Amino acid sequence: MSAKPFLRIDNIRKRFGPIIASDGVTLEIDEGEIHALLGENGAGKSVLMSMICGMVRPDEGEIVYRGQSVRFNSPREAIRQRIGMVHQHFMLVPNLTVAENYILGQGSALKVINDMDKVHAKIRELSDHYALDVRPDALIEDLSVGEQQRVEILKVLFHGIDLLILDEPTAVLTPQETDRLLALMGELVKDGKTVVFISHKLDEVMRVSNRISVMRDGRVVHTVNVAETDARALARMMVGRDVGMELPRSPAAPGRIVLSVENLTCRSETGLPAVRGVSLDVRAGEIVGIAGVSGNGQTELSLALSGLLPVDAGRVVLNGTDITGLEPARINASGFSHIPEDRHKHGIVLSLSLSENTILQRYDQPPFAARGMLNRRAIGEHTRDLIKRFRVKSRDEDQRIGDLSGGNQQKLVVARELARNPDFILVNQLARGIDIGAMEFVMEEMLKQRDSGRAILLISTELEELFAICDRILVMCHGEILGELPPDRSRLDELGLLMAGKTADHLEQPALAG
Amino acid sequence: MEQVNQGVRENVYPQAAQALYRTLSQAAISAVTPIAAVLVALAFGAALLWLNGFNGTDVVTVMIFGSFQDARSVAEILLKATPLILIGAGLCVAFRCSIWNIGAEGQLYVGAIAATFVGTSIDGLSVWVHAPLVMLAGALAGAAWAGIAGYLKVRFQASEIVTTIMLNYIAIILTSYLVTGPMKDASAAYPQSARLVREAWTPRIVSDMRLHIGILVAVVLAVALYIFLQRSSRGFALRVVGLNPHAARYAGMDVRRNVMIAICISGALAGLAGAFEVAGVTHRLYQNISPGYGFEGIAVALLASNNPLAAIISGGLFATLRSGSEVLQITSQVPQVLVLVIQGMVILSVVAFAKFRDILRIAA
Repeated sequence: MSAKPFLRIDNIRKRFGPIIASDGVTLEIDEGEIHALLGENGAGKSVLMSMICGMVRPDEGEIVYRGQSVRFNSPREAIRQRIGMVHQHFMLVPNLTVAENYILGQGSALKVINDMDKVHAKIRELSDHYALDVRPDALIEDLSVGEQQRVEILKVLFHGIDLLILDEPTAVLTPQETDRLLALMGELVKDGKTVVFISHKLDEVMRVSNRISVMRDGRVVHTVNVAETDARALARMMVGRDVGMELPRSPAAPGRIVLSVENLTCRSETGLPAVRGVSLDVRAGEIVGIAGVSGNGQTELSLALSGLLPVDAGRVVLNGTDITGLEPARINASGFSHIPEDRHKHGIVLSLSLSENTILQRYDQPPFAARGMLNRRAIGEHTRDLIKRFRVKSRDEDQRIGDLSGGNQQKLVVARELARNPDFILVNQLARGIDIGAMEFVMEEMLKQRDSGRAILLISTELEELFAICDRILVMCHGEILGELPPDRSRLDELGLLMAGKTADHLEQPALAG
Repeated sequence: MEQVNQGVRENVYPQAAQALYRTLSQAAISAVTPIAAVLVALAFGAALLWLNGFNGTDVVTVMIFGSFQDARSVAEILLKATPLILIGAGLCVAFRCSIWNIGAEGQLYVGAIAATFVGTSIDGLSVWVHAPLVMLAGALAGAAWAGIAGYLKVRFQASEIVTTIMLNYIAIILTSYLVTGPMKDASAAYPQSARLVREAWTPRIVSDMRLHIGILVAVVLAVALYIFLQRSSRGFALRVVGLNPHAARYAGMDVRRNVMIAICISGALAGLAGAFEVAGVTHRLYQNISPGYGFEGIAVALLASNNPLAAIISGGLFATLRSGSEVLQITSQVPQVLVLVIQGMVILSVVAFAKFRDILRIAA
């Protein structure tokens, strides 16, 4: 495009203690483009963007914006220069309305309150223009994650920006919401704005961006035009080697039924019907997948199976023993492992060490405890062993688990759950928020577990994950299992229709459904 | 296996050295910030006194060192430190489990009531039996009183902050009722209970000083609670429940049971503090048996970052400030409120410095 780039990042360096987050990054963004920043977890994408929008200050290097060297001390200074960022973790006050969130910290409260009607009008106008469906008087806590994200994007637009930075915007979205967001990016560019978007999902990046920069180990290793590359090449650039989601695997040899679920019914934590009569069997030596758009009862199904949510009706039988409604401690002790969906809520205790996290369920059992006291040597040895076997990148077993990247945290959770020697493994979102290297590793580990005769139930919203390792895929919608398909990519359309709630009957009689 | 073992052995020394270095530097950071907080608070206090026309540095010096005149005055400091260490260490356990027990004051009072009952209604036991029995009664009563709030929390999700404060009022008023009514010493003009029988008294360390073996019990219990929290399975579960109750439930821990255990431990130590006040110091139950030890114990735990070992030191510090303020009242015209202001500043700067410490930790 033009000779002078819109934004130029020149040899930026940033260290956090011993960790080098940016190791001399150089990057150019052109005006009016969608520029994707692709990279594994911990490659330094978020930190780089935080430096552009004034959240973090670089140690060295220069940021040149519209031909001028700039240095922002706060996000507000960046906004004043028309640069805005939407973070992965939303920065909204839950018990305020949309409009109230927008005017937070905007000069004199009295003046702003007088102008509240204008604020509402402006929000409505922007919302209509981009079809965002944001109501200025809606309370944040009443909104879904997807809605909150639109509120965040509109907030930045409300303050008036030319450069929009989105940090992993699709991580929390359903496929439909993702489509909507990608379309919105196109709209923004049409209005003359520039979008930088951070992701590690290849397909999305390929769909919307003009150019893609790949980051690895704190540097930009490649910048390419989308037209001149493909997903495989990008993946190779990301990890520095070839990856295919085709994992080598032998055909499954299903054995006896390990877990049998009959007519399971339960409600969500808010008391709404969530799982409506689900029945399924998982046999030894097979991986059964459950596909579905998030929010269709998968969370409640996994919580009910593991004893964290009361069961209203139905039965869960593990190894011939009825475990319905037992306390989690009893279920954990009967050969049941659970890799939870929400790692930070259920899976780990962020401020405890890796060692302490590996004994979460077995803290009072030998060899980790004797006569009521923890055996720190045994715990340390066990943890070191897991760290080594699962290649968890960490300083040592005494490091706080919260200091690790998401992928390494997940590896430790997987390691812990497998080390408990289970007969049945419940997995909800195996690879959420983790990088390709770690994803491939945990998937291969699951296949190994399958081959050694364990029964695995994998609940996921990522179809690639399901296709890659499952032996059969069940589809869940509105709390029911609507059908079963083989893991065959050629039947993707059928799968998509089932996920949308259209069963075979509907397919045969489209006139009735319409 | 062989190879793995060898690999581990080769790395043991540098790893151990690194771990030691980290432990020491973390410990230094942990120790430096509360000390800095106290110094900053004292400096502010001196400035405040100066603004009020006093010689600030002199007054602060008296406040800290004024009470260290002789063995007897040191013994008096330790006497005051006893309930503060007990309550502070006990609260560390509750706070680590994220139980905000504000009711140590009330738990101290019921402990004192129970100790008085056991110490006055039984006679003819040996001191080896009676004195420990009094302590046990105090601890059990305190644990039971705290247990009420614990039960209301696990059964009805009632906020323990509210219920423990309410139970404080009940315990204090109950004490007033008892010493003016049912437990009143009929021969005395003032509202006070009968004197505890001599065998029920907490033995003194030196016969002509008031200091009793309670201080030793307090230190031993604080160390024991530290080991309990850091090294025992139950202590681990308490900490996990406090840090992330969802993960605790996922891991199969009984959240309610751990909550009950944590609040009852803190109540037991407060009740024991109450028993020592009666059996070790006053030998009778009075209306105002505690000058607010239960509330000051919260500050002791806070300054100790909820570490029972550190509560020994912070309890000693608050006892020193308390003694110093008494010396000040006798030797100068500094109003006691100013002393309270300085104590308040210590708490405020501890909170401010705790934030600062977190930042340092991340940087380290």
